[in-house]
Amino acid sequence: MNLDDLAEKAEEYRARDAGITHEVRVCVAAACQSGGSLPVLEALKAECDSGGTCKVKGVGCMGLCSAGPMVAIAPKGGAIPDSILYREVKPEDAADVLASVGGAPVERLHTPTDQPFFARQQRIVRENSGLIDPESFTGYVAAGGYAGLIKALSEMTPGDVLREMTTSGLRGRGGGGYPTGLKWSTVAKMPADQKYVICNGDEGDPGAFMDRAVLESDPHRVLEGMCIAAYAIGATKGYVYVRAEYPLAVQRMELAIRKAKRSGFLGSKIAETQFSFEVEIRLGAGAFVCGEETALMASIEGLRGQPRPRPPYPAEAGLWGYPTLINNVETFANIAPIITHGGEWFAGIGTAKSKGTKVFALAGSIKNIGLIEVPMGMSLREIIEEIGGGCPGGKAFKAVQTGGPSGGCIPAAHLDIAVDYDSLKTLGTMMGSGGMIVMDETCDMVDVARYFMEFCMSESCGKCIPCRTGTWQMHELLDRITKSKGTHKDLALLEELCDVVQATSLCGLGQSAPNPVLSTLRYFREEYEAKLTAE
Amino acid sequence: MSLLQTRPALPSDDKRWKLVNAAMRRNGYAGHALIETLHSVQESFGYLDEPAMRFVAGSLDLPLSKVYGVATFYHLFMLKPKGRHACVVCTGTACYIKGAGSLVDAVEARFGVKPGETTEDDRLSVLAARCVGACSLAPAVVVDGDLAGKQTADRLVAKLEELA
Ligand SMILES: Cc1cc2nc3c(=O)[nH]c(=O)nc-3n(C[C@H](O)[C@H](O)[C@H](O)COP(=O)(O)O)c2cc1C
Repeated sequence: MNLDDLAEKAEEYRARDAGITHEVRVCVAAACQSGGSLPVLEALKAECDSGGTCKVKGVGCMGLCSAGPMVAIAPKGGAIPDSILYREVKPEDAADVLASVGGAPVERLHTPTDQPFFARQQRIVRENSGLIDPESFTGYVAAGGYAGLIKALSEMTPGDVLREMTTSGLRGRGGGGYPTGLKWSTVAKMPADQKYVICNGDEGDPGAFMDRAVLESDPHRVLEGMCIAAYAIGATKGYVYVRAEYPLAVQRMELAIRKAKRSGFLGSKIAETQFSFEVEIRLGAGAFVCGEETALMASIEGLRGQPRPRPPYPAEAGLWGYPTLINNVETFANIAPIITHGGEWFAGIGTAKSKGTKVFALAGSIKNIGLIEVPMGMSLREIIEEIGGGCPGGKAFKAVQTGGPSGGCIPAAHLDIAVDYDSLKTLGTMMGSGGMIVMDETCDMVDVARYFMEFCMSESCGKCIPCRTGTWQMHELLDRITKSKGTHKDLALLEELCDVVQATSLCGLGQSAPNPVLSTLRYFREEYEAKLTAE
Repeated sequence: MSLLQTRPALPSDDKRWKLVNAAMRRNGYAGHALIETLHSVQESFGYLDEPAMRFVAGSLDLPLSKVYGVATFYHLFMLKPKGRHACVVCTGTACYIKGAGSLVDAVEARFGVKPGETTEDDRLSVLAARCVGACSLAPAVVVDGDLAGKQTADRLVAKLEELA
């Protein structure tokens, strides 16, 4: 199969909707579903004249989760900014919504799409989210899906793919920011008769839901990325590791795997070539540390999810000892467009050292809670005040936590920083996977540090002593300080422990567990001191 | 020689064991399918007890210690039966910022149980989740499998009181 054949297929699928001029899209991703979007979808379907020019369909996440259930009326194939968007839609609204197709919007439900939340985004990873039906294979192909894979298989050698990835400058979206092209090239170079590709969908950072939305909204995009990776590095088997807390993501991914296989885009002899690639899903079972790559591989092997020292890196000795490529969900979702449009195109977006876009989950004390995708290098102020709408209820912004329990907070004084991997490091935090938790003036920063330490303490796998007992000790000290029972000596001990645990822990969990303490101490030390008692 | 190994008989004629067995068969009784298997036991029975772990260990030809080690490592696996109803309070960061702590406190004050505990009359189990990924609905709880967002202490307690 070549690109022309695929284009023909896409045209054929689009032709099935030839009479349709408008789509009524209902978000059926997790957040809107729990807000009641399925009954809304049913009501709209029942109300819609099936022989007409309008089609009702379930789609993935449109981003503004706090306004769910969301419904959009769009010209066929139109993007979100070109549509009429409705918020908090109920089944009773179905008739009014349908009556507004091609006419004036229903004022009481209307949410403008020219507001910064929608207008300032640049969607690559999420370009299909909220547009296509995540459960439809034909919908994905009709929207241009699998063109990256077919281009790679029919026009490029594995070496070409690797070069394109290196040119793109893409860095891993799982937190570390390791150059993806370099990682792929390392695995590709390994001589081995068996190699694996793993997609890390563990998303353990509490307060992050980007990967969940990608898996629920556009699962074929992730599969396509994995497939291209497998072709480039010479792997024949892949695993998608998804946390069990995301049943809808698991269900949609299972369906996508089945449909891709049936259509010949997965399995043996993909798209009539000699290339074969099988993918299976593996479920997590509620352990944050399993997001760490070596622990994740142990978990796939059916073991306790405990990390091991690196080197050897997974690229040399990974799953069952074979060379393994492990990338994050969002990393894989970036691959197909890079292959389709070229690495140069991707490298033209973002900052000098951080290319492309990043999906962020905005949550906490912020008006527009949901998911956004913006070019790397956008200022934090623009993200929080303009796109996010600032803190609700007129409260003053205090800090934003990035990088979850491994990251740190950024106070108001640094809001003008341009967000990329390197700038966030200079502020003592990190990009992490993309969770941004906004805190307002009512937030007690020492308690925030205690909260994250409690998290790390209970998620420590127990293998190495600095992390196992260090996080416990630090939590004790923080608990004492938050209860105004801590002394200056306790604070000094806490700082010393931060150093020790950071320097001596086995894996990233322990090494980064002190970060929230160090960063709140750096910017809000007076809050700690105000709680200390004289000895 | 796993082909020659005799697999243990199903622990009882409870039909749910057949589901568990089917899950193991699907994975060729491979030891690395242990976590999948434990998921299927928990889905079928609600928790993992000793006979279940012995059965899984025997079927997958793994030492019982390994099965127990894995079962206790992962937070999602429960070794005790849940009450008739389960309330999972999300304690992820977004929910924490929006007051998940006060939900936990209110439930404890009213029903006398902390996360991880079940009321004496077996009516209600309270659990804490690390993040259910519903940050836009914070603070969120999952009551008997249904997610409910934007909770207040009063609303949650009232909801739980209605459960039979
Ligand atoms: C404690 C810990 C938790 C992690 N959790 C995740 C996670 O949930 N998702 C993820 O993609 N990467 C996570 N990582 C990073 C992975 O180890 C790994 O670097 C990443 O999956 C590589 O993919 P990338 O290069 O595409 O970022 C975690 C790392 C540590 C130390």
